Amino acid sequence: MSATATLPPAAMLLDSEEGSQYLEISMGPHHPSTHGVFRMNVVLDGETVIKLKPVFGYLHRNHEKIAENETYLGSMPYTDRLDYFCSLTNNWGYALAVEKLAGIEVPERAEYIRVITAELTRLQNHASLVGFLMQDMGASGTPLMYAFREREKILDLFEALTGARMMCNYMRFGGCRCDLPAGWLDWAKKVVASFPKFLDEFETLLVGNEIIMARTQGVGVLSRELAISAGITGPMLRASGVNYDLRKVDKYGIYDRFSFRVPLGDHGDVYDRYMMRLLEMRESLKILEQAMKDIPEGPFTDPKTKVRNFRPKPGEAYGRIEAPKGELGYYLISDGSPNPYRYRVRPPSLINLTVLEDMCLGRNVADVVITLGSVDIVLGEVDR
Amino acid sequence: MTLEALAALKLEIEKNVPGAIVEIITNPSVSAQHSLLIDNAHGLAVAMFLRDAPELKLDYCSNVTGIDWPSREMTEKTKVKKMVEGPDGPVEKLVDEVRKWTTPAYLEVVYHLYSMTLGTGPVILRLRTGDRGENVQVPSFYSVWRSCDLQEREVYDLYGVIFEGHPDLRRLLMWDEFTDWPMRRDYVDPDDYEYEPTAHDEVLTRAKAHYPAAAPAESGPAEDNA
Amino acid sequence: MDQALKHELRSQGVIATTLEELYNWGRRSSIWPLNFGLACCAIEMIATTMARYDLARFGAEVFRPSPRQADLMIVAGTITKKMAPQVVRLYNQMPEPKYVISMGACAISGGPFKQGYNVLKGIDRYIPVDIYIPGCPPRPEALLEGFMALQRKIDEQALTGAGRARHLNADLPSEFVVPKFGEHDLEPPMNPTVWNPPLVQIGAAPKPAPAVHAAAKPAVPPATGGA
Repeated sequence: MSATATLPPAAMLLDSEEGSQYLEISMGPHHPSTHGVFRMNVVLDGETVIKLKPVFGYLHRNHEKIAENETYLGSMPYTDRLDYFCSLTNNWGYALAVEKLAGIEVPERAEYIRVITAELTRLQNHASLVGFLMQDMGASGTPLMYAFREREKILDLFEALTGARMMCNYMRFGGCRCDLPAGWLDWAKKVVASFPKFLDEFETLLVGNEIIMARTQGVGVLSRELAISAGITGPMLRASGVNYDLRKVDKYGIYDRFSFRVPLGDHGDVYDRYMMRLLEMRESLKILEQAMKDIPEGPFTDPKTKVRNFRPKPGEAYGRIEAPKGELGYYLISDGSPNPYRYRVRPPSLINLTVLEDMCLGRNVADVVITLGSVDIVLGEVDR
Repeated sequence: MTLEALAALKLEIEKNVPGAIVEIITNPSVSAQHSLLIDNAHGLAVAMFLRDAPELKLDYCSNVTGIDWPSREMTEKTKVKKMVEGPDGPVEKLVDEVRKWTTPAYLEVVYHLYSMTLGTGPVILRLRTGDRGENVQVPSFYSVWRSCDLQEREVYDLYGVIFEGHPDLRRLLMWDEFTDWPMRRDYVDPDDYEYEPTAHDEVLTRAKAHYPAAAPAESGPAEDNA
Repeated sequence: MDQALKHELRSQGVIATTLEELYNWGRRSSIWPLNFGLACCAIEMIATTMARYDLARFGAEVFRPSPRQADLMIVAGTITKKMAPQVVRLYNQMPEPKYVISMGACAISGGPFKQGYNVLKGIDRYIPVDIYIPGCPPRPEALLEGFMALQRKIDEQALTGAGRARHLNADLPSEFVVPKFGEHDLEPPMNPTVWNPPLVQIGAAPKPAPAVHAAAKPAVPPATGGA
């Protein structure tokens, strides 16, 4: 059996102290419910999880090392591929960090375009996440199909604006790559106006559903103290009742101009995390409506920013934004050359997985699947 | 955080953690995010103090970054006024003076701290190892902030920094049998691609190593391997 | 059979066919892909199965979670060296006849991440690939086009003779060596029975020689063991 000798067995029995046997199973990296190539080694006593060790690295594609040999702008397309659902927020985070490092001002119109694209990204990310979560719970197909139907409408907008459905590569240091095409804003207004209908439909279908409540309420509970200590961010943190949204705390970009609320959960269980996503979509719609009403005319990029031979002064900067999955940070060190000396991504998905074991201990295997689903991970970002 | 506020924080730390050696590392870029270099012996105590002090409450460690600083030859040209023997006696003249030195080699770990309770930050901490060979130990902040768990494992995996006190220091991203530290600047990655359509510079050198002499193409049946 | 006669018969309501045609038609119309996504391309693969692009029109909507029930492996995304052994093992576990679509630049050659130390420079170094779909990521339409190309390929497979399909030829391997994790790299870094680097003339080669691949005859018996 030389061909398989290097691989760990998928399941093995361990002797327990009481004389019974524990079962250790390896979920993943090829598993339909692990949202990509993620692996967990789960030790079971009967049906109960007594140990869970996540194994990472199956999508470690050396983004940080490659970025050290790329120019600052050359890393922008790679950021698309971090969290491949949300390329536009990834772009924004990186652009923000470089703008901090080099002291670049962003024109008004570009800020509005950034807010609009980022909130559209949040809409499609949250919609797909809820669809995938339902898929994990056994509602195979329908909710995900509904979510992807809406997602396609938003992807069409992205394609008209940036030329690509997923890998937008749109933001630039000091602005955006191009202006909104003619008629785009009216089209986007239509999409945004039709979105509440989808949300109503989704909520009628899911929120009061008894099976969903039975499967999710009280499952995967994360306490407030542990959430803060473990650096959990994004909807997952707010589901545990911590009011920390970078759009309100840092007020990066122009988020202080919009009125929107931050939904907070109470129990920190899977149900709260899933409701966070539904409520946040409503708030994003509010921001979108305000931004699309107020967007001014003007330049879409700072004309003084160098594109070629862009060399920030030596120093370092840490820039962070509220990405759909949590705090996405970029830490850059410049040594005055055209390439960053150190380029680090602070991945929200990876750090939100820190507490996976704490949330799953004592639960059933089936609960592990939905707990993982409610964390909202994308492996491109977890492993980079 | 301004330099003045950071200097006050430095005094505060030195007052509350006896013996701690704290140094302010200034950041000349526009972002002006200055940082504090902490000595390894008192690292844990300083971190505990920063987390628990009621006026700081840095309860959220956002980001842990490893950085490799190999020894580098630095040269600096400065204009120095010197008395030079001129044709009519000594004259004061600007002369280029070249100063050469090598920087010490070490690995560095950077922590970005925020306060979720107060909404303040970032306070940036730095820890440095003795060198890049044997003395690569720094204290682990796992017991202070749980968010350091996976991030410190990642720094260990990619840089080889040993975090003392981390309960589960294993490789995170690479496989267990792997022996190198891939994010270090002197890491040589496996020579595993042979041909690039746009061969130039480094790639061409690499490709040449695979085909030392431009050997004539083997005469065999042309076969499409697609 | 004479094509004209066949059409003539069909207009009379008589369908004449060969066993080969019928067999290939059946197989190409019910290809079940493995439910298997690696990276970004997997999202486009999911989008392809959704209502808008509807892969079900081609008889391939049944994504199977188990390789034992799958006919087609869509390698959708970057294969890292840590993942490569598992991909090869999944391929080995699939029953014949089996096909591989290499979807996206990463699965073909490493794509934008080619310089990465942990990135495999193309899945065809370990397993044979039938269809390559370029793009980063390829659009759902591109995946559909690649899928139809695979159907055309299946249509042309012969059942008998020296050129018969691989799954009907017991001499050809259906399982390949699973690489091991080494100290610096995967061991072996490629499977020479499947893939060899193209021979390239570097430097003094004013007129480009025809691209001659090294003999890649899979004359070696299949990998020992299996999953």
